[in-house]
Amino acid sequence: MKTQNLVSLLANQVEGVDARRAGRRLLMSWAAGTMVSVLLVAGVLRFNSALPEVAQRAMFWVRGGFCASLALVAVVAVGRLGRPAARLALVPVGLVLPVVAMGLLAVVVLLNAPAHDRVSLVLGHTAFACPWLITFLAAPPLIALTWALRGAAPTRLHLAGAAAGFAAGASGALVYTLHCPELAPPFFATWYLLGMLIPAGLGALLGPRLLRW
Amino acid sequence: MREDRLKELLVHGLSGDGATYRQFLEELSNHLRAYLRRRLASLPDDVEDLLQELLLAIHNQRHTFDPTQPLTPWVQAIARYKLADLHRRRERNEALQDPLDEDTMFTTVDHEAAEARHDIEKLLNLLPHRQRLPILCVKIEGASVSDAARRTGMSESAVKVGIHRGLKALAAKLRSGP
Repeated sequence: MKTQNLVSLLANQVEGVDARRAGRRLLMSWAAGTMVSVLLVAGVLRFNSALPEVAQRAMFWVRGGFCASLALVAVVAVGRLGRPAARLALVPVGLVLPVVAMGLLAVVVLLNAPAHDRVSLVLGHTAFACPWLITFLAAPPLIALTWALRGAAPTRLHLAGAAAGFAAGASGALVYTLHCPELAPPFFATWYLLGMLIPAGLGALLGPRLLRW
Repeated sequence: MREDRLKELLVHGLSGDGATYRQFLEELSNHLRAYLRRRLASLPDDVEDLLQELLLAIHNQRHTFDPTQPLTPWVQAIARYKLADLHRRRERNEALQDPLDEDTMFTTVDHEAAEARHDIEKLLNLLPHRQRLPILCVKIEGASVSDAARRTGMSESAVKVGIHRGLKALAAKLRSGP
C-alpha cells in the first residue's frame, strides 16, 4: 500500500476524539483495580476487627494519608508517562516528600522511645508478611493500570512500568491499612514502602514486555 | 510557523474533520519522511515502512495528544520511540543521538514516496472479520458508520470498535514484520 493510500484510509470517516478519554480511562481502571483489592481484604485477609476503634487514632490517618498521597502522585505520573513528551515536572518531588516526611517521623518516634523498644517498633508483629501482602493487594491495580497504559502511548517503558507498579503498590498499601494492625511510623515507613517498591520493581521489569506499541 | 499550522490541522482533525485530518497526515508524512531519511541513512529501504508504521501509530494514539501542548515534541517522542523500537528489532545498539531534532523536525520535507515493502492490504486480510469488514467498508470504501453497520449486520458501536481494534492489530502486525 502506498503511503498516500494509507493516509486516505486513516482519514476516511475519521471519528473525533475526546482529549479527556485517556485520563478518564486511567482513573476508572485505577478505581476498579483498587476496589478489587478492597474485596480481597474483605474476602481473604479480613478487615481488622478493631477497625472502628483504630480509626479513631490519628496515626491510622497518618498512615492512610502517607499511602494515599503516594498513590495519587504516582497515578498522575502514570498519566503523564502515557503521553509522549509530557513532562513529569514536580512529580518526583511529590513522591519524595511523603517518604522523607514519614522517614523523619519514624526517626523522631524511635529517638523518643526507650532503647529496648526500638526494634519492636520497627518490626512490629507482622513485618515479614507486610510487604508481600501489599504486593498481593497491588496486583489488581497493577493489572488495571497496565491495561490503561496499553491504551495510551508510553515511550519510556521501564519508567512507565515502574510508575504503574509504584502506584499499584501505594494503592495496595492504602487498602492494606484496613487489615493491618500496625500503627507505629517506624513500621510503616519501612515495610509499607518496601511493599510499594516490590511491585514498582516488577513493573519496571515487565514494562518493556507489556507496554510496547 | 510549521508547528502552528500542523497543530491547527491536527486539532481540527481531532474534532472529526476528515479533510483537515487528511491534510495533517499528508503534510506530516512529508516531514516525517525527510526526518526518517536522515535518521535511517544506512537503512534507506526501511524509510517508507517505518513512515507507515509511524503514521498508523500516530493515528492510533492521537488521543494522547494534549492540545494545550506543542505538537513537535509529541511527534518527535513517538518518532524516536519507533526508531528505537526498529533498532531494537534489528538488534542494533547504535546510540541515537539527535541534538538538532528540536529545530529540524518540521523544517524539511520530502515528497518522494518510495514503495513500502510490507503490504498493509495483505495484512488487512489477516484480521478477523469483525475488524476487517468495518475497515474495508468505512476506511477504504468511505461508507458511513451507519451504512457499514447495515451492510455488515453489525451494530454501529461494533463497527467503531472493530475499526479501532483492527487498526491497532494492524500496527502490531507491522511491528512484528511482514
